[in-house]
Amino acid sequence: MILVHLIDYLRDRLKYVIRACYVVLAGVAVWGSLVAYESHHAHTAMEKWPFFWSIFGFLACAIIIVVSKWYGHSGVMTREDYYDE
Amino acid sequence: MSDIWLHPSVILIVGALLLPFMQNPLVRRPFLLAIPLLTFLQVLIVNGAPGTYGVVNWLDWFLTFGRVDSLSIIFSFIMSLMCCVGTLYGLHVKNPYEHMAAWLYVAGSLGAIYCGDYLVLFLFWEMMAFSSVFLIWFRKREQSQKIGYRYLLVHTVGGLFLLAGFVLRYQVTGGDYSFGQLDVDNPTLYTYLIGIGLILNAAVPPFHSWLPDAYGEATVTGSVFMCAFTTKTAIYAMARSLAGFDILIPMGVIMALYGVVYAVLENDARRLLAWHIISQVGYMVTGVGIGTALAINGTCAHAFAHILYKGLLFMGTGSVLYMTGKSKFTELGGLYKKMPWTFVFTMIGGLSISAWPLFSGFVSKSMIVAAAFNEHIMWAGFLLTLASAGTFLHTGLKVPYFIWFGKNNCSAETWEKAQDPPMNMMFAMGIASFLCLLIGVYLPFMYDMLPYQWAEYQPYTAYHLAETLQILCFTALGFFLLLSKLTPEAKISIDLDWFYRQGGSLFLWLDRVVFQTVDNWVGRIWDKAGILPLMSISTFWSWFDWHAIDGVVDGVARGVRGLGGQVRRLQSGQLQYNIYFAATVMTVAIIAYVFA
Repeated sequence: MILVHLIDYLRDRLKYVIRACYVVLAGVAVWGSLVAYESHHAHTAMEKWPFFWSIFGFLACAIIIVVSKWYGHSGVMTREDYYDE
Repeated sequence: MSDIWLHPSVILIVGALLLPFMQNPLVRRPFLLAIPLLTFLQVLIVNGAPGTYGVVNWLDWFLTFGRVDSLSIIFSFIMSLMCCVGTLYGLHVKNPYEHMAAWLYVAGSLGAIYCGDYLVLFLFWEMMAFSSVFLIWFRKREQSQKIGYRYLLVHTVGGLFLLAGFVLRYQVTGGDYSFGQLDVDNPTLYTYLIGIGLILNAAVPPFHSWLPDAYGEATVTGSVFMCAFTTKTAIYAMARSLAGFDILIPMGVIMALYGVVYAVLENDARRLLAWHIISQVGYMVTGVGIGTALAINGTCAHAFAHILYKGLLFMGTGSVLYMTGKSKFTELGGLYKKMPWTFVFTMIGGLSISAWPLFSGFVSKSMIVAAAFNEHIMWAGFLLTLASAGTFLHTGLKVPYFIWFGKNNCSAETWEKAQDPPMNMMFAMGIASFLCLLIGVYLPFMYDMLPYQWAEYQPYTAYHLAETLQILCFTALGFFLLLSKLTPEAKISIDLDWFYRQGGSLFLWLDRVVFQTVDNWVGRIWDKAGILPLMSISTFWSWFDWHAIDGVVDGVARGVRGLGGQVRRLQSGQLQYNIYFAATVMTVAIIAYVFA
């Protein structure tokens, strides 16, 4: 199947794919900041800060993972047969 | 009924009752496709003429079965459409009772959507709970029965809250049982009781634990139905009665974040999706709480889009479960070579729920966030945006990565069994994928059905695109940088259901240790203090019966027998002796009468 070949092709060239992704990330961050600066749709002043939503997205992801894992490992996560007793 | 108006639920109910008689696959399969399609067509016909229909006079009540208005039109449309897609997905299922349960469940949902009063709402509300529980029980695992009972008990309690609420309202208002907007600015006890009944079905914390419990356990097809109907019917009921109820805003935001946190910890793909139902329904609950025209439009739009993409996601992960028998990340991985189409369809569901541009979530979810910002509820707007990053993190990245890529945890048997599912399942996923894209690309398809047409919203602005793409792309960056932290763990997470599950264990412990001990002691005391006197009294009465009563009875019997013997000896059998004795007795009697 073409899709499987395409995925294998990209996996074989993972280094280039990652570089391309970084370029896309940079492009989105810069373009997004320019749009936000000129837009009247922003709800708050801080949304006009450069890379605001990029930083927001990254921090949101990091906070969710770190806080959730901390919460889980604080005793909430337990063995699968916990309720079987 | 007051006029000729065929309720779409009737088609499903009649179809469900006939289904067990359709044994031949050549008859059953067309029938399985025809009934949901007919229901969908009937919904389209009914929705073409808004008004109030199906008013039944029963005892002193006027029950309204058919209220067709802007709110019921959009919800009935998507529910009946999802019934078609879900039934197609489950076409291969041979157990007719599973289809029957699913159809009765949808019939309950449509009944609740079209109803005009609380009595009819309650009837269909309970019908949903009591039919959907079979979709859990039909999984037939050891734990299915327990989980089904938990699900049923929780929903029964919710139903009782609803019942108590509207009965109290009936009493307080002097006979109003109509199902409409409540006075949320001056809430009373019945407002809260009705509210609890509704938010329990919407899985709002702390009444949410039934959802991942049940949806993770339901059958492959059952979970596709369950993920669509219960919570979204509850959202419909809330939009109908609780719009603008402020307390729902923080509850909805907490809900959106709560689901995200537990999704990080989850190892089971279907339970992870269930946690994200809680998160996504949180947006809708917030929308109801904001209560403006844009917010209610957003709630309806997001429910509409959510039913399709969540159904699609459950179909994708359900296909993996159906083919491999596994749904845990720690038992899957690297399946893109074996199940590529399932990966594509699930990915479309993942991109839709993550609100990527051109996908359905982008045009629905943002409406609620925009409504929050427009009302200057900034904290809600930002926290919902944060939760949307979590949605992409899990459903758009974690689920596809750990099932189709990542470390291959499949056993040899799992790997051998893995392949794309049967054609009916593929078609159903294809249709759902198409609809997810259609909603995202062709706005009038969904927007023209929204209840407040004058509240315009344009999702495809440069700013919204820039904001969304930045958040999603940098969430993806965070995912890959912190990938090691997201490695699935074969564990479960304790949630608020701990209280009633351990509460149940506590009850059993109390029963075993306290009640049984007391019972044993009472038994012993009874042996000594109760049985002994009772036996003595019994012995006395036995003696009395034997010697006194039986003595009298036996004496009489012996007397009668002796007399009989004497009489017998007097009887010679000769007629002249008989006449002699009779004449003698008669003579003695006459003399006695004359001279006495």
